[in-house]
Order: sequence, then structure tokens, then C-alpha cells
Amino acid sequence: MALAKRIIPCLDCDKGRVVKGVKFLDIRDAGDPVEISKRYSDAGADEITFLDITASHEGRETTVHTVESIAGQVFIPLTVGGGIRTLEDIRTMLNAGADKVAINTAAVFNPEFVREAAARFGSQCIVLAMDAKRVSAQGQSDRWEIFTHGGRKATGIDAIEWAKRMVAFGAGELLLTSMDRDGTKSGFDLALNRAVSDSVSVPIIASGGVGSLQHLVDGVVEGHADAVLAASIFHFGEFTIEQAKQYMAEQGITMRL
Amino acid sequence: MNKVAVIDYGMGNLHSVAKALEHCGKNVSVTVSSDAKTILAADRVIFPGVGAIRDCMAEIRRLGIDEIVAEVIQTKPLLGICVGMQALMESSQENGGVDCLGLVKGQVKLFANGQVDGKPVLRESDGEALKVPHMGWNIVQQTSAHPLWAGIADGTRFYFVHSYYITLDPSETAAGMTHYGVDFAAALSKGNVFAVQFHPEKSQHGGLQLLSNFLAWNGES
Repeated sequence: MALAKRIIPCLDCDKGRVVKGVKFLDIRDAGDPVEISKRYSDAGADEITFLDITASHEGRETTVHTVESIAGQVFIPLTVGGGIRTLEDIRTMLNAGADKVAINTAAVFNPEFVREAAARFGSQCIVLAMDAKRVSAQGQSDRWEIFTHGGRKATGIDAIEWAKRMVAFGAGELLLTSMDRDGTKSGFDLALNRAVSDSVSVPIIASGGVGSLQHLVDGVVEGHADAVLAASIFHFGEFTIEQAKQYMAEQGITMRL
Repeated sequence: MNKVAVIDYGMGNLHSVAKALEHCGKNVSVTVSSDAKTILAADRVIFPGVGAIRDCMAEIRRLGIDEIVAEVIQTKPLLGICVGMQALMESSQENGGVDCLGLVKGQVKLFANGQVDGKPVLRESDGEALKVPHMGWNIVQQTSAHPLWAGIADGTRFYFVHSYYITLDPSETAAGMTHYGVDFAAALSKGNVFAVQFHPEKSQHGGLQLLSNFLAWNGES
């Protein structure tokens, strides 16, 4: 197939700085989001995802300015997530230069929000971010549930049913994070990825757990992901985007080189 | 000063297109507008669009953009992008059938070539199921020479995001073709009009080169 699989570096930002923690602890400063976005874009990143982990109002204004700065210098798609709760939040981010917004917690509390957002702005810019955790015991058939609050609060919602429902409501893409794997560097939850990807028609971005370049390949080949998202392996210089794309291409995956 | 008008009918992210154009040329002045006078006073015009075509066409007609576009293409270069390209066609299958501007002969169709459980599905010829929307970087084969392809290698990847695609009437000219389950027109040229299904403003080097070429284009092919 000619359509390339995508590599998406993810910037977790707090008050205008890129940070990266392991399971939401031990947060390390990784630099300026505009500089980093530009560097990744020049290196061949296929998209950029910017997740705002700032809770304060002042911090949100900083975020809007940061998105404006990135969009003025980086000419690849930009997804913004974190704290998107209202149609006004979506409009603000799109006007600042985001191409897509990622909706997570707000969808769990009010699923109709996704339907309204897709109807107003188009499915192409609505990414449903879902944090899933395995709840089946060993030996049982696989089952995952949606969690909120950084993986601390269970919702009782089955991940596969949730994915199908959100796509039916108009989500144009799913950003699927395994809360069991996030920050562990032990690879994506491939069974989760495959189960979600095979049950919906829209593209899936696999997230959570990348520690090696082979993990990226596994996400596509075994996890049936259309795009792979990673943060720390790129931020701390373990691998470059070029190396990642080259490696995936050598394993037979169609990439934009 | 090279004056560019980006037609604003309330659909989609015009900021990206404006920023990319400003990045491409030093003496470029970009105005985002729905006003006929402003648009007709520009040297060249961008006709963008994202989202559902029924909503787009409703706004295009309500604001009189249909008449503005018909006038623009008589006198100056126009670049259609994504739904802005689809809107030039005769009609779309989207939302149960929508009449478009009819400035170029052809149809807008849903990415589907089969059905499973009564739902449309798209499959590659080898049987592989394809995701819809068609989202990401795909190859554009240049099928006719054009000034807007200057400096862009044949087969360059551009960024797409769409669920509907264009089939052109044989009397029209496809400037570029892309394959995703089906072959579709990724670019077309007709007189003063060049239109692309992909997003040049999001397609990095190749996209910025195409926008630079548009800024220098006199409308002749």
C-alpha cells in the first residue's frame, strides 16, 4: 500500500515547557516546544502531537501562544490535546493553528460532546484519546477498560465498545494509550492495539511504552496501528526520527523518507 | 506586493494556509475574507475547505461565494484545497447527495468499494482493509506538466485527510493521481484553476514549494 505509516513525536507540555515523566512521576524538563517541534519536523516527523498537562488558567494562555508559534514555523499536521472540554476550547485551538484536537476525559463524562464537536468542526479534526488498562486476569480472555485521571480512575467502560461508540459519534482518529505500558519502555500493548484497530474503520495511533525502534515496527505489524506515537526515546536523544523511519522502512513498512 | 485572498466561509482552519503563504514569500500580503470586493481585488485567490460538504456548500451559497468563485476563475489564478477542490465539481455523494458549483465536470464519491454487514468498506485489490478517512502522507503521480509542479519531484508524498474523493469526467485534466483502494484525482488543472485534494500547507517541503509556485503563477498552464 502506498499510504505511509506515520511517526508522531509527542510533546507533553507544562507551562510552556516540554516535560516527560514515567507514569506521571519523576518529571524531567526536555526543552522548548517550538524549537523541539521544528527540529522534529526538519528530521521528518509526519505529525506533531502537543499534550497540554497544565491545569491553571494562565498556563492555558501560554499554551495557546505556544501552539500559535509552532503553527507559524512547522508545516506538518499539529494535534493539540489536554483540557479540551468545550466547543469553544476546540475553536480556540484550531484558530491558534492546531489541525486536530484530542478529546479524552470530557468524552467520558459527556460522550455527546464528541458528536457535537464532529458535527461542528468535522470528523477530520476530532481525535478521540483513550487511556485503556487491562482488567482481565491471566488466563481470562482479554479485556480492557477506559481509565481517567492519568490511569488512576476506572470508569467501567469496555475499551473496544468505547472505541466503536466514539467512531459512530464522529471521531476521525483514535489515539490509544496503554496505561499499563506508558513510560515503561516495554513496548505497546499489541493485543489491545490490534483489538481496537480491527474493530473500527478509522486510523489508530498507538501510544504508551516505546523503548526501542523494534517496538515501533511491532506496533504497526502486530498492533495494526496506522501511526505510532513516542516521546521520551526522541526527547532524550536515544534515537532520532531519521533512525526510526529508516529502521521501520528496512523492516518493510511503507514510510515517507 | 503580491496580494492573496483566502476565501473565508467559516469552514476550517484558515490560519494554517495564511501562515504557510506568508512563510513562502517576502512580498506577500494575505487577507482572509468573505467579502467579494476584497477577494476580487487580490492578485490570486485560495479556495480552502474542510469538514462536511453539505455544510460547506450551504455557507458558500449563503455568503454568495459561489458567484465570487465563478468570477475569480475568469480573471485570476485560483487554488482549491481539499473540500475547496471538491466544491468545484458537479455533485457529491456526501450527506445523501449535494449539488456543488459545477465549474469542473466530475463527481465526489465516498471511499468504498464493497459492503460488510450493510456498511461501506474500502479494500485494496489484495483484500487488505483500508481505514477511512484516508489520512496521512501518500504519493502523488504527476499526470500532466504544470507550472505548479515546478521543483517538485514526481511521486512526492503529500498530506491527505478526507473520506471522499474525486473522479473527473474524461474531458477534464487530472494534474496528479493518487491510489488508495481506488485511483483518484489528487490534483486538477483547468485554465486559471489548480486544485488539490491534499493539504499543501501541511505537506512540508513539497507543499510549501507548491504554494510558492502558486504565488508566482500567472494562470497559464
